[in-house]
Amino acid sequence: MSVISSPSQPSAAGPADTAPALVAPAAIDLSCRLPLVVLFLSAAVWLLVASAFGLVASIKFHAPGFLADSAWLTYGRVRPAGVNSMLYGFCLQAGLGVALWMLARLGRTTLAAPWLVIVGALCWNLGVAAGVLGILRGGSTGFENLEMPGYAVSLVFLACLMMVFWGVLTFHQRRERQLYVSQWFLFAALFWFPWIYSTANLLLQGFHVRGVAQAVIAWWYSDNLLVVWLGLVGLATVLYFVPKLTSRDLHSRYLALLAFWMLILFGSWSGIPANAPVPAWMPALSVVATVLGVIPVIAVALNVHWTLEGKCSKLLGHPSLRFIGFGLVAFIVAGLASAATALPAVNQITQFTWFIPARGLLNSYGFFAMVIFGAIYYIVPQLIGQEFPFPKLVRAHFWTAAAGVLLFVVPLAIRGIAQGLRLQHADVAFADIAKGTLPFLRASTTGDLLMALGHLMFLANLCGLVFQFYRARAVSAWAEATAELKTAEARS
Amino acid sequence: MNYGPLVFLAAFFALASSWCGFVLTPQLQIGRLQQTNTVGSAAATYPVARPGLARQGLEVYRANGCAYCHSQQVGQTGTLLDIALTDAGTNETTTIAALLKLADASANHPGVLTALPPWGGSRSNASTTALLGELPRAFLRSSTREAANAAVKTLNSTSAKAQLWIVPVGPDLARGWGRRRTVAEDFLFDSPVMPGSQRVGPDLTNVGMRQPDANWHLLHLYAPQAQVKGSTMPPYRFLFEKRRIRFQPSPEALMLPPELAPPAGYEIVPKPAAKALAAYLVNLRADAPLYTAPLTVPAAPAASTPTNAATATASAK
Repeated sequence: MSVISSPSQPSAAGPADTAPALVAPAAIDLSCRLPLVVLFLSAAVWLLVASAFGLVASIKFHAPGFLADSAWLTYGRVRPAGVNSMLYGFCLQAGLGVALWMLARLGRTTLAAPWLVIVGALCWNLGVAAGVLGILRGGSTGFENLEMPGYAVSLVFLACLMMVFWGVLTFHQRRERQLYVSQWFLFAALFWFPWIYSTANLLLQGFHVRGVAQAVIAWWYSDNLLVVWLGLVGLATVLYFVPKLTSRDLHSRYLALLAFWMLILFGSWSGIPANAPVPAWMPALSVVATVLGVIPVIAVALNVHWTLEGKCSKLLGHPSLRFIGFGLVAFIVAGLASAATALPAVNQITQFTWFIPARGLLNSYGFFAMVIFGAIYYIVPQLIGQEFPFPKLVRAHFWTAAAGVLLFVVPLAIRGIAQGLRLQHADVAFADIAKGTLPFLRASTTGDLLMALGHLMFLANLCGLVFQFYRARAVSAWAEATAELKTAEARS
Repeated sequence: MNYGPLVFLAAFFALASSWCGFVLTPQLQIGRLQQTNTVGSAAATYPVARPGLARQGLEVYRANGCAYCHSQQVGQTGTLLDIALTDAGTNETTTIAALLKLADASANHPGVLTALPPWGGSRSNASTTALLGELPRAFLRSSTREAANAAVKTLNSTSAKAQLWIVPVGPDLARGWGRRRTVAEDFLFDSPVMPGSQRVGPDLTNVGMRQPDANWHLLHLYAPQAQVKGSTMPPYRFLFEKRRIRFQPSPEALMLPPELAPPAGYEIVPKPAAKALAAYLVNLRADAPLYTAPLTVPAAPAASTPTNAATATASAK
């Protein structure tokens, strides 16, 4: 049995005449071009929208009266609007785009029905826009990460089915029958999201389950989205790009599959907070699963370490790899942090503090978004066949994003622990504890600002490249059209 | 080799297992939760549905995302037992002697038995006699059931009547955020359930117990810093209306301090949403003693009937 140990290695299996012809990378990229450009560009726009909401929410901590007189811009609406723009607008959309491209490239086949993917992408953006507006006008469902009201959810779900269906079809039609490990992760992610999204929304908005079972389902969904889905797509990207861009073989296929198994098994059980007001068996199971969740983290870390033969400085060589390397480090730190804080004694301190959002951002942005940035910076020039117009901005984006993440996460995590320790002492007044977090929130606002700056550079580069490409095509098309006219004129 | 179906099955079973664990089973277990009875002398059904206005207030709470800053779940780190006197008996001298003896014993075994303030602070015949006039009152606190039972036995051997009170403890409860931990029953009639994940502001599980005045909440929503000094809460002025006084001032108009008051001839009145939200906040109260989260609610001092005998005996066993 031969296995593929590197995403760029051609198959050695089977005589050439029985295997279907593999599609050349250029042809695959051509089939992906328009759908992916639509997905990535709209994701980049949502990123900017999310930053704007995030900044408004963040400023309210320093000036509670800031934009407070408008119901649409009150903190409790702006914050979920920002989180939903980030999650559904950027993370899921860009993640799906990268997933479709990797599925096509690894299967050495063209993307199935690219036009329908475009329709799906447009429908998705319509749904997210309706959802964010719904939250702003007070239609939030009240469940974290599931705030979008029913009408938006049905659009988003329909769109996701459209894109996922063509993703599965692309996987099914693959010419290269050998599977690379990333394909396991991606294929699981493809049907993971529709399942959890439909379950959570049907039970919470359709059938209205009773009492605290609602909270359990919302926790289960958030965990499956933020830990499992983001983990599956993010790790698929890491395991695809690290060997590819360093021209090495993945150290161990089996270690990667172990990470896959452990991630889907333990990740999906780890959502219930340790001190939640539910029957004790649920938090107990979740604590065990969260602690065992370090297994996939360690497996991926060792696998990448051995793939690079310990020379982790190789990750700095390529602009995309720099993003992915940062993401991998963030994934490891966030994974260790969530295992450590899952224990009831530690959770008693970190629960309800700023530590929780800090860890959440380290996972969803420090890990996932950074890895996806790296992937997009590699994929889009491939699709278009040109380099980015502002290569310096790619470097600048990395540094602002990295500094932004650190400025957001480190102060809030440190202050969160201090805040939790002080909350344990009833003689420390609550108002003092709340006030003590303000300087650290100021640092996190600076982090928000830096990330927003990075998003501007990202959007500028993407728009610049796409505009440049389509303008050149329009010019040549015009020249061609007028050339025919000229010859026709000459003949008459 | 084609592993496609295997990947599908792997992921399918992993997700199906967690789906059965955290979607189906909670639905079967807590999705069918019914009202329960409170424990103690005044047994009642718990919880009761919120009144209509408070239920509308829950919608305002949801729409404006109050849950992003306020949790609605308190925890407890343990349970202690208080030794309380309900009746000083006919011979107060022997009762006082027995109490003081127990207090001395507590000094020898710190941690197991503690004398409670204010009595614990000035342990003397005179202060004890004064406190015996305000029964029922807890005099000692114990961390073990054995020590508590022994103390109750000692006191009951005099002419006095002693009881055990169950006292949940923990940092949240010490802040006055509740009397016991939050349990699944507390959310039975709420939809959506918003337990919250952060405490940017204080926990609101029992805010109706701390601030039972709806007008306080209205003023606080309009100008948080005027009610709570140094508060970081944003004002919610869009829930209020500034309008010209037509014939006579509305009885609902906010009584604002001069620096916040509207110009002469105008008044600030709460919109229906603000009134509903205040009604909801006043209604937030989850401190009923339950079998899943027991506590003893002492009757008011100098009550003639013995209280909570059922709870005390249940716990002493």
